[in-house]
Amino acid sequence: MKEQAGTAGTGSGEPRAVETDRTSPSILDFRDVMKAYDGKPVLGPLSLKIGRGSLTAIVGTSGAGKSTLLRLANGLIEPDGGDVSFRFADSATPPGFRERRQIGFVFQSVALFPHLSVAQNIEIGIKIKGGQPDEGLIARMLELVGLPIAFASRMPTELSGGQQQRVGLARALAPAPSLLLLDEPFAALDPVTRANLAGRVRALHEDLGLTSLIVTHDMAEALLIADRVLVMERGLIVADEAPRALMRGGGGDQAQALIAVQRDSARKLIELQQ
Amino acid sequence: MTELIAAFAGLGEKLAAHVLLSAAALLCGIALALPLAFWSNRSPRAAAIALGMASLVQTIPTLALLALFYPVLLNLGSISGLAIPALGFLPALLALTLYALLPILRNAVTARLQMDPEVLEAADALGMTAWQKLRLVEAPLAMPFIVAGIRTAAVWTVGGATLATMVGQPSLGDPIFAGLQIQNWSLVLAGCSLAAGLALTVDFLIGRVESGLLKRRRWQSGLAGVTILAGLVLCGLALFSPASPQHPRAIIGAKNFSEQFILARLIGQRLEAEGYIVEYREGLGSSVAYKALATGEIDAYVEYTGTLWASEMKRTDHAPRAETLEAIRGWASANGGVVLLGPLGFENAYAFAMPAEKAQRLGVATLEDLARQSAQLVLGADLEFLSRPEWQAVNEAYGFDFAEMRRFAPSLMYNALASADADVISAFSSDGRIVADNLVVLSDPRRALPGYDAVLLVSRRASGDRRFVSALRPMVNRIDVRQMRTANYAVDRVTGKQSPAQAARALGCASKLGRCHN
Repeated sequence: MKEQAGTAGTGSGEPRAVETDRTSPSILDFRDVMKAYDGKPVLGPLSLKIGRGSLTAIVGTSGAGKSTLLRLANGLIEPDGGDVSFRFADSATPPGFRERRQIGFVFQSVALFPHLSVAQNIEIGIKIKGGQPDEGLIARMLELVGLPIAFASRMPTELSGGQQQRVGLARALAPAPSLLLLDEPFAALDPVTRANLAGRVRALHEDLGLTSLIVTHDMAEALLIADRVLVMERGLIVADEAPRALMRGGGGDQAQALIAVQRDSARKLIELQQ
Repeated sequence: MTELIAAFAGLGEKLAAHVLLSAAALLCGIALALPLAFWSNRSPRAAAIALGMASLVQTIPTLALLALFYPVLLNLGSISGLAIPALGFLPALLALTLYALLPILRNAVTARLQMDPEVLEAADALGMTAWQKLRLVEAPLAMPFIVAGIRTAAVWTVGGATLATMVGQPSLGDPIFAGLQIQNWSLVLAGCSLAAGLALTVDFLIGRVESGLLKRRRWQSGLAGVTILAGLVLCGLALFSPASPQHPRAIIGAKNFSEQFILARLIGQRLEAEGYIVEYREGLGSSVAYKALATGEIDAYVEYTGTLWASEMKRTDHAPRAETLEAIRGWASANGGVVLLGPLGFENAYAFAMPAEKAQRLGVATLEDLARQSAQLVLGADLEFLSRPEWQAVNEAYGFDFAEMRRFAPSLMYNALASADADVISAFSSDGRIVADNLVVLSDPRRALPGYDAVLLVSRRASGDRRFVSALRPMVNRIDVRQMRTANYAVDRVTGKQSPAQAARALGCASKLGRCHN
């Protein structure tokens, strides 16, 4: 990892971008990407490569540009400058609707289609590609996300928040995507469900051989499931480290500040216990 | 009670026409609203324009909207040279369509605004095309809102369609307005209760479709939909009895007062006796009736020479009766090829009427006598007479100087005579109450009041139909003013009312124009 990252962002206020890895074989490639809303820059210029098979967590405070980065990744929003390319079947193109069919997306608000049953929600990604879901798909997907098969005919409103998010995950996974994007998928869930689902995502990532990009504001969650952690501040990536390196004090002030919050609570919990 | 049952009995076709007009307007409204909603959802400016226009239309009273389409279509027709009907189904359809637009459009736009933006984003994130997103997500989510909008629009349209009567389109407004004019409350009640019942039924059925969609009960929506379709088919079947060479169709017009209703029925009864299938366009506005005849939307109606002279020909001079008739005959032929078949034999003119007993006591028989006595008399007039040219003409000719001049609603003028709140009134010479209240009509020796001879007018098309003309020609000069007054009174009186059709049969018997039943 880049040694200068440790000295970047000295608390003087202005965040400084770190060099991110541009060499390894990537599925997603950001080159000097910029995005502004109403003339106000919210992201970039930012360059980033996501390696095939990695589970990358993007951590940062609210408004750091995490969700914007994720929506640039699948083309839901277009960059004002630079370019994003998604590498799929020997071609690398800016993501359009065809590319999005290869990219799963899990929303913070779940955003299941309220007029469709659980089974119909899961199938829809395959159907819009003109495919015919095989008979065992629903059972397989429900098992994958840990829901009983009886849920297939239920409507989304009949499910709890955690159950809905499991269906959201199944909907994203059903078309067998080559990239999975998760936008604060557990933020609205209780801590028990949250830990449970985070573990499930890590396991699925490995079992299905996915490439995953997860946005979270919870540094502990990132450290526990990711193999690469990007810290964002004011639209820039200010740290790009492996979890282990961060735990050893790498990644600069912002990264360490995020870790410190978690350490503090852990220490207080231990003190309470004693 | 029997009157009420009889009133309902004649309304089957009006109900069917009402249903089909409302349904057609609603379908056009939907066809217009949905693309507008689609467009509105893609640009906030479009939404503002579309909703603004639709709201603007809503602020125009339905009646005014209907009236507005008449000159618009008339001008469109003359500019484009196409035969665009300015009366009847088309203007009613257009006005009601615009009226149905707003609730559907507003609900469709609101539905889109209320959709969870992340659900719509999820559709994009899955890689749906714009069409897939519309079909699989936006349309199903908007559907319950749109159906609710259609439901509101349907109730409005069914209500508004009663006003289609005013532009000559048959609807449940026909019995309501005819009943109001001739104070036949059974007709009004029958029309109103059918219109209200229809609105409630439509509201219920579309409500079932709506709740079926919301609760995802397909069978319920389907059942309600099938019921609605079946109702429409039934109405269609009820209305389209095909015309044949043996049974050609004839459409008779009438303006909006008793005498017109009676004479239209008398014409219709004579045509039916000849095998015609007769429809009536009743309650036409005065200026609308002649144009409807000139454009062939109606085949015949009864008009008055004075009205044609002043309102249509814009003449202000006076001419002797025979000359007037010839001038009108020539003018009508040049304006839409209308044929004046001849006068019916009575006048419905402005006239001054007094109780016979009072006239005798004061020695008043002519307007000259009246002028001499006017300083001690009170004149009762209807709401518009004193501002009409007829009053100016007669006042100049005789130099009246009434002690007081009071205005009354037409039906109250006669009561004012009875209660001595007025001594003399401006009446119409064929009013039924002249006979009933034992009044005398004062003569007009200086011929200051224009003549209002009832004349039978026939459209260009019908005048070429020998059977049609020979059925009507015997009516010329056959109805005298007493017979007409009696028939009018039979319809206008408060108790023992006759329907216009019954009065027409009695008039036919009295004038030997129809058979006498007993």
